[in-house]
Amino acid sequence: MRSLWAAVLVLSAGSLVGCYKSGGSGDNASEVVIGHVASLTGDTATFGHSADEGIRLALDEINAKGGLLGKKVNVITEDDRSVSDEAKTAANKLITRDHVCAILGEIASSRSIAIAPVCDDAKVPMLSPGSTNPKVTQDHPYVFRNCFIDPFQGECIARFAMEVLKLKRFAMLYPVNSDYGVGLRGYIETYVKQHGGQIVADLGYTEKTDKDFSGQLTKIKGADPEAIFIPGYYTEVGLIGPQARKLGITVPLIGGDGWDAAELLEAGKSSLNGCFFTNHYSPDEKRPEVQAFVEAYKRKYNGKIPDAMAIVSYDAMNIMADAIKRAGTTNSQKIKDALAAAKDFPGASGLTTIDKDHNARKAIVVIEIKDEKLTYRTKIEPT
Amino acid sequence: MQELLQQIINGISLGSIYALIAVGYTMVYGVLQLINFAHGDVFMVGAIVSFYVAGHRLPRTLPWWFHVIVIAGLLVAATVKLLSTRSGKLTLRAMLPFVLMYIALVPANWLASEISQRLPDTSWLTAGMSLLVAIVACGALGFTIERSAYKPLRNRPRINSLITAIGVSLLLEYGGQNPAVFGPTPRAYPAEMVPGIDRGIQLIGGAHPIAINRVDVVVLALTLLFMGVLMFIVLKTKTGLALRAVSYRFDTAALMGVNIDRIISFTFVLGSCLAAVAGVLYAVKYPNVEPLMGLLPGIKAFVAAVFGGIGNIAGAVAGGLILGLVEVLVVGYLPGGSQYRDAAAFVILIVILLVKPSGLLGKNVVEKV
Repeated sequence: MRSLWAAVLVLSAGSLVGCYKSGGSGDNASEVVIGHVASLTGDTATFGHSADEGIRLALDEINAKGGLLGKKVNVITEDDRSVSDEAKTAANKLITRDHVCAILGEIASSRSIAIAPVCDDAKVPMLSPGSTNPKVTQDHPYVFRNCFIDPFQGECIARFAMEVLKLKRFAMLYPVNSDYGVGLRGYIETYVKQHGGQIVADLGYTEKTDKDFSGQLTKIKGADPEAIFIPGYYTEVGLIGPQARKLGITVPLIGGDGWDAAELLEAGKSSLNGCFFTNHYSPDEKRPEVQAFVEAYKRKYNGKIPDAMAIVSYDAMNIMADAIKRAGTTNSQKIKDALAAAKDFPGASGLTTIDKDHNARKAIVVIEIKDEKLTYRTKIEPT
Repeated sequence: MQELLQQIINGISLGSIYALIAVGYTMVYGVLQLINFAHGDVFMVGAIVSFYVAGHRLPRTLPWWFHVIVIAGLLVAATVKLLSTRSGKLTLRAMLPFVLMYIALVPANWLASEISQRLPDTSWLTAGMSLLVAIVACGALGFTIERSAYKPLRNRPRINSLITAIGVSLLLEYGGQNPAVFGPTPRAYPAEMVPGIDRGIQLIGGAHPIAINRVDVVVLALTLLFMGVLMFIVLKTKTGLALRAVSYRFDTAALMGVNIDRIISFTFVLGSCLAAVAGVLYAVKYPNVEPLMGLLPGIKAFVAAVFGGIGNIAGAVAGGLILGLVEVLVVGYLPGGSQYRDAAAFVILIVILLVKPSGLLGKNVVEKV
């Protein structure tokens, strides 16, 4: 009995300390606190790391210029282990414990969709740097994004395959348990069917658990397509590539921005040569804004070349800072209104305007994998 | 037709990995009637150890927290033993293997690290070396798990051991997810250590060629080889005789002069070594390692073992192969099949258990290991 009492005492003392420690970030607080939900570990760990590095680069620049509203800016990053439920917990933690005035994140659509209602309920604005599924911002008044959406991306992927590569027969291999993959698959399919193309094989896989794709790939090989669409994430693509080549499938694999990670080629190696994916940017782009960003990033992170998630997150941080500046306060409601009014913001990944659906309209870049390197192929402007 | 043939080859190659894991499962069950849930995680440790060796990532010295954990563990175990028994001297001797293993670990780790730094990226030597280190590490791990987690519970109700097994499994999975150990992020396994890994062997050429991967041939050959070796050990050697005696009834076996502690440890070490082999082969085939990678293959292998008649070595191999085939065929031929691939395994299991509760090859065979 005595030990039970001791436990109760310790617990209550702990919670008291917890209450005492959590300061607010209202207008009186000494710094502006922004939360970042990121997948620093787990299946898509590079997304989280790139995003965090991009955000911290922007943060340094903002603080070097004197911060916001005369205060220092601080970003608190919570890891979600690449799991949707964890992302929800992380967002809740940031809102209730750290009292952040806004949230940046996530990259993966499934996890952004998990966080969105949390931010709505708490009335904290959320800006996703790179989630492309339309559902992320649909019916979520407090949720914004700094990138194109999948109907456009799906169209670009299909259009590139049909118009530039001049192909007509396609196979589809998509993750059945990912909002991103299922959504993107639908948009690609719609465009292909509307424009006289054919999906000759349509197969799924389970993200995070499937490692053997030989059953699907053999089926695809039997259907004899001219290219295979894989609207999934890099971890699986890195396994699918070698397995496809071993089965004697030589046609290009084509995917979306979920492919962009250094690990893609580390795992896929030469098997991915001659494959394509659409992306938010390419470090090869000659625009001075892009080159300035690439230089600054390399300087801060020991010569590491930034990927797309780094640049959209860098921009997201700057857009958020701009919104806070225009709002003139850390009041969440006012930041939300300022975000909605963002117009022609000069981001590194392009001019950003948040439209009435809370999405940004940006150009898409097609990356070609050549000699185990990502090279810039072409750019498609939004229509 | 050619497509079906290719699918069958795919299924066999997937199934032979399940078979290799299932053999270890079934052996331990045969002797102890204990479902060693940590088996899939020993498999994972095997893959990760070889990842360190083949990737030249093995550190020269072990991290400080490892020493702290081991020494603290040894001290606690010694204290508990001294307090709980009167003849402390005798029971402390049981800890001798752990102390020796710990002392041997430091130079062994240093040596393995030195060798791994000098190994080329791609050669049979590298592949063999990383397999060897994984086998030794997993053998030691299996021994440690058995002596520290299962042996103290041997005379308790079986459910205690079962729950402990789940505990050991969780410890390895989530301990491994700690960033200081490995972290939860999957990493690319250096599968190119096996020369010519990318080359398939073409069985039938022409417009619809049928290919089989080199790794698959190796996996299947090793699985059948180990099945043969194990059956030889169990059926033809004196140790095997003792093993069968222990599996029949271990108190009686002890009265007949069988050192049951030694036999049970031997079984565990052997099973863990097989798990290490399976882990390395799995990682070469699917070059992506992480601490939870053993979870699903472990469960599938368990299904395969039960399916084939748990405790029966040939049954485990048959079960593994059939399971692999079913999975690939479900993915290839059932519309929307990829969602059901994992379910299919369990549906088959339920059907088999309804029709023949002892499993495919269970009971009819005389030996029970």
